[in-house]
Amino acid sequence: MDRDALEMRPDAAASWPDQIYDTLKAHGITEVALVPDAGHSRLIRRCLADSAMRVVTLTTEEEGVAMLVGSWLGGAKGVLLMQSSGVGNCVNMLSVPVLHRAPLPMLVTMRGDFGEFNPAQIPMGSATQAVLEAMGTMVRRADTPGDVAPVVDAVIRLAFNTFRPTAALLGQRLIGAKTFGKD
Amino acid sequence: MTASGTLDRRAVVRELLTDRGDLLVVAGLGASAWDITAAGDCATNLPLWGGMGGAAMIGLGVALAQPSRRVLVITGDGEMLMGIGSLATIAITRPANLSVVVLDNEHYSETGGQETATRHGVDLAAIAKGAGIADSRTLHAMQEIGPLRQAIHAAEAPLFAVVKVAAGNQPLVLPPREGAFLTARFREAVLGPAAHHQL
Repeated sequence: MDRDALEMRPDAAASWPDQIYDTLKAHGITEVALVPDAGHSRLIRRCLADSAMRVVTLTTEEEGVAMLVGSWLGGAKGVLLMQSSGVGNCVNMLSVPVLHRAPLPMLVTMRGDFGEFNPAQIPMGSATQAVLEAMGTMVRRADTPGDVAPVVDAVIRLAFNTFRPTAALLGQRLIGAKTFGKD
Repeated sequence: MTASGTLDRRAVVRELLTDRGDLLVVAGLGASAWDITAAGDCATNLPLWGGMGGAAMIGLGVALAQPSRRVLVITGDGEMLMGIGSLATIAITRPANLSVVVLDNEHYSETGGQETATRHGVDLAAIAKGAGIADSRTLHAMQEIGPLRQAIHAAEAPLFAVVKVAAGNQPLVLPPREGAFLTARFREAVLGPAAHHQL
């Protein structure tokens, strides 16, 4: 079967990954911590190509939660990119930005959410929003291309204006558009 | 509890933080946080009360944001083991201003002295070296702490050190518990009053 049915990535014609990049730039984001996801692949390439952004590839997503608390302690603004499965790896570490009132915007590409192929993605995908909210994270969703930029802008503002973890969930319906074998 | 180390962790930390200048210090939860507080609580200390496994990564975040400042993470063997992957992340990120010192008493001393993996031969310095942190050492003697302190202030690449310390609990010396306070005072110490108006 086609690999694109396993790891969904945005259509080459979709402009929302570039809009996320532009939003990060508008907010002065310099630190990009991530565990890769196919849904973020173009955004990651844009960040890697930007000499004013530091991309840190983590071994597990909770490292990014801790790192970005440190970034804020040092006066730098960052964002954490991950797939919904990675949210489960962050649970206890989210106590740190909550306790320390540290801004922590997370951009989460959803799996197990809409037309999923892989049964292993269902449990965490179903729990993603509840788990984040249970740990004190404000969550907003984008399920259409037109929602992405305003939702990402909103969660970044909520994080840095009000000192807390926030998350934008980018729905699988959005990401899983037909790929024509490209991203 | 028996451990292969004999050093007094409080004496080690006191020596490491002597003449610290503008060194920024992050301490892992539990005994390490009490140790840096016993050496003298101050705004450039960030003692953790939770987030086990996150101390080294918080240090990395600070070090990358403040490349002109020296950053020292002091943590325990149990805390380092929980965040062991961060050694790979630090190694590939190569901050020139970050040192991680593990006070290795080979036990979870805060929870009743259960043995950690280092009690059974797991070599944290070998893991760090294998990750790519070239200056990874294991120290057993007090006379090695002074040179370590000098290296922390002079290193041009990430530094990792395991200090073998005695097992057992020291008297509690607790830092402030309010995270918002710890964050605000640290940021103000680093960034000045503008810290409170950053957008």
